[in-house]
Amino acid sequence: MIDFTAMILAIGPELWLVAIALIGVLVGATLKERFNSASIKFGAIALFVAAAISLTNYQGGEAFNGLVRTNAFVNFAKFASYVLAGLALLTSEGFLKRHGTIRYEYSLLILLASFGMGMILSAADLMTLYMGVETMSLSSYVLAAFHRDSAKASEAGLKYFVLGALASGMLLYGSSLVYGFSGSTEFVEIAAADPSIGIMFGMVLMIVGLAFKVSAAPMHIWTPDVYEGAPTPVVAFFASAPKMAGMVVFANIMFTMFGDVIDQWQLIICIIAALSMIVGSLGGLTQTNIKRLLGYSSIANMGYALVAVAAGEELGAGPLLVFMTLYVIASLGLFMGVLAMRRKGGMVEGINELGGLMRKRPVLAISLSILIFSMAGLPPLGGFFGKWEVLTAGVDAGLMPVVIILVLASVVSLGYYLRLIKIMWFDEPTERFETIDGSVTVTVILAALVAGVLFMFFINSLSGWAGTAALGLPG
Amino acid sequence: MGGFPILSAMTFLPLAGALIIMIVRAATAGSREATTSDSEGRTALLAGLIISGATFIASLAAFAGYDASQPGYQLVEQYSWYRNISYKMGVDGLSMTLILLTTFLIPICLLASWNSIHKRVTEYVVAFLVLETFIIGVFTALDLVLFYIFFESGLIPMFLIIGIWGGKDKIYAAFKFFLYTLIGSLLMLVAVVYMYQAAGGSDFEILEKHAFDPNVQTWLWLAFMASFAVKLPMWPVHTWLPDAHVQAPTAGSVVLAGVLLKMGSYGFLRFSLPMFPDASQLFQPAMFALAVIAIVYTSLVAWRQTDMKKLIAYSSVAHMGFVTLGVFAFNETGMQGAIFQMLSHGLISSALFLIVGVVYDRMHTREIAAYGGLVHRMPVYATFFMLFTMANVGLPGTSGFIGEILTMVGGFQASTWAAAGAALGMIFSAVYMLTLYRRSVFGKITNPELNSIKDMNLIEWICIAPLALLTILFGVAPNLILNITEGSALRILNLMAGG
Repeated sequence: MIDFTAMILAIGPELWLVAIALIGVLVGATLKERFNSASIKFGAIALFVAAAISLTNYQGGEAFNGLVRTNAFVNFAKFASYVLAGLALLTSEGFLKRHGTIRYEYSLLILLASFGMGMILSAADLMTLYMGVETMSLSSYVLAAFHRDSAKASEAGLKYFVLGALASGMLLYGSSLVYGFSGSTEFVEIAAADPSIGIMFGMVLMIVGLAFKVSAAPMHIWTPDVYEGAPTPVVAFFASAPKMAGMVVFANIMFTMFGDVIDQWQLIICIIAALSMIVGSLGGLTQTNIKRLLGYSSIANMGYALVAVAAGEELGAGPLLVFMTLYVIASLGLFMGVLAMRRKGGMVEGINELGGLMRKRPVLAISLSILIFSMAGLPPLGGFFGKWEVLTAGVDAGLMPVVIILVLASVVSLGYYLRLIKIMWFDEPTERFETIDGSVTVTVILAALVAGVLFMFFINSLSGWAGTAALGLPG
Repeated sequence: MGGFPILSAMTFLPLAGALIIMIVRAATAGSREATTSDSEGRTALLAGLIISGATFIASLAAFAGYDASQPGYQLVEQYSWYRNISYKMGVDGLSMTLILLTTFLIPICLLASWNSIHKRVTEYVVAFLVLETFIIGVFTALDLVLFYIFFESGLIPMFLIIGIWGGKDKIYAAFKFFLYTLIGSLLMLVAVVYMYQAAGGSDFEILEKHAFDPNVQTWLWLAFMASFAVKLPMWPVHTWLPDAHVQAPTAGSVVLAGVLLKMGSYGFLRFSLPMFPDASQLFQPAMFALAVIAIVYTSLVAWRQTDMKKLIAYSSVAHMGFVTLGVFAFNETGMQGAIFQMLSHGLISSALFLIVGVVYDRMHTREIAAYGGLVHRMPVYATFFMLFTMANVGLPGTSGFIGEILTMVGGFQASTWAAAGAALGMIFSAVYMLTLYRRSVFGKITNPELNSIKDMNLIEWICIAPLALLTILFGVAPNLILNITEGSALRILNLMAGG
């Protein structure tokens, strides 16, 4: 007897997405090239609908005999991830058309990757978790190499695949250890099991695998290369939705499966966080490619987010959601900004080519500046409150050394954020930019308005939503 | 409470004005090519002048509604905002004087830019108006987090002002200014978070009542000190200031010296003393030592400068040393003197930067050696220059004298040695200021280009004369200010004593 209501309550959006993806395959097989352009809107609408479903089933439920279990905490992340994935997909059309790589597979791969994100968020069992991670990762590897004629993209895809497979192996090995020593694959039963040394070993290996997925140091090496090589719209996707999902899953696993042994992993997470912040802030200083630079910036930001994870469930869950929401919106906006700048048919990727953007495209430049300052955590912009939440959680949990590193890393990373501002505002204009897709510009402006300005005033609502969502966590 | 929110209106008026200017410009940019024509720039400057003038009037209205006989915070507006953080604004005597100084200086800054700024004028005006909002916000905020937000936000427009409209090494100076200030502020942020957690709120009145553990106080005090010492600036973290001053456009230097530096001493008076009294007592000798070093050392450095702006920048550091001395004397005389010195230095150093700007606009050099004999061609200019030189030295009859004598008397009561060291600074200030004056104004004209130099024009008159007037007025009748600030000075001392 299958309980459909419970299934839809628990993983409605994922069922919808996988159904739509399969329909997409059939339609694509029938219509061939004629579906290429339409598939983008098809996929984006499907993602927005999935976001809406996750909102209607906000409190979640349990299905498949405890293989999946959702709550408000993960549904918050699902909603944000689907919306961001939809936006990233919607804005990639112009880019793909210009590069002659618009194929319906692109849209379907994004859908499948999003389905994978949804599954890891819903996972309440090690099996579901691993299956979800693999679905998401395999789609991502293909997406990274989607420009198959470009050597750089192929390199990025291959690098991502090899290292990603290694990380998945770690995760799987860790999972099997945990299973072997606890006798169960269910999170709840693992949490109840006696925390033996074997489980701790498994936990550490799982942390390694998860840290890779969110690109936290020292498992970050792939990030700058993949960001540089992969097509920009794909990177915009990587840098937003999977980051949100990955970080929330990370937190979810630490809180629900290992919540009682926080004293065992708090220090590990703190060290990963500190390393990420240091690597991310120092590494970005010498970059000249804007995508690499943003890659380092994302490493640093993952470090900030991990401070909230280290603070534990009670203190850190809400702040983590607030921080990640503001970060991923800004991150998507910044990559859209990169996408918006083209000249002479090529993409602008060297940061010096942004010179004088303020004179040529003031609206774009001001939006990007708001996003950059917001990501740097400068008040009064929204990003400041994300950092404020994380700092509050860190100080509350007594993690003073990491908090101090966070603050210092912010100063260092401002070195490269300011360089971008300097180039856009102070330098003389270089060549004229070509006209760009309306949807991309609109997304940049929207992201700046939402992450930078809107949440400055409505931060109370955001932190309220996040706080309520965090209450959904068990225990 | 209740009634018209005059403080919020005054704070956000410039920001609203800046937005309107930007919207108008965006709307008109479509009709023609987006080249910043000169007439468009003049219109924007005029609009900026009107808006900042209106802000000045609004601050006068706020002053009219302010009752100097009450020591506490007045004209309070409070709305809950985010968690335990509230949007709370209010003023006392200390902040009222600094707000008036700010709103008075910003129109002068904009007017002084009339002939010296020619590129991207609209953006320039917008940057100044946004900066004005943030500065006023710093002085009106009655919530620590709100204060911090305003305090740090001010970095962005100032960074742009130095970086876009500055001199030759503007980028270096802008980065140095930004990063120096930021590292201090972020350490303060950690302390802010901690205080917010420990006291259960960030309202000033809650924090003033909360007695922090003496050990914790030490750390909090140091974190705040990191921020305020950079801002003030104190030796040895003052090195960003000469660079920023030299590279900033004249109006940027004016607002930097006139108001931004005051945020540091404002912070000491508002937070360090009343909230961490034990730590303040503990660090009093160290602060005295740093103040004396700042006064003596930077005075000597100023003496050896060949660049006029750099000389005045170092003299600023020295004069802010007197403020530190007065603040940490922990007595009424010293504190009143410190507040008075903040105001007086705001007027005098602003005027000196304007004075340098006058000749810089004509000759495009700030090298002292390029001048000499200005008195022959610019008698009015020489007179004003003389007045402010004397005021900077601390001649009786000018506001500089009152500020310095009060801080010295206050400092003397607390530590004879500190006052003695500071007294040396007064002598040195005479040395470097008079040297500057003699070499640039007196003597024969050696540089042939000076033969055709013109005396001050009307705009420069309008900018500098009011400052001269106030410098003398406050020098002759210091009670005009001291009566306003007395209540808050006593209140801070009361809070320190645990009352």
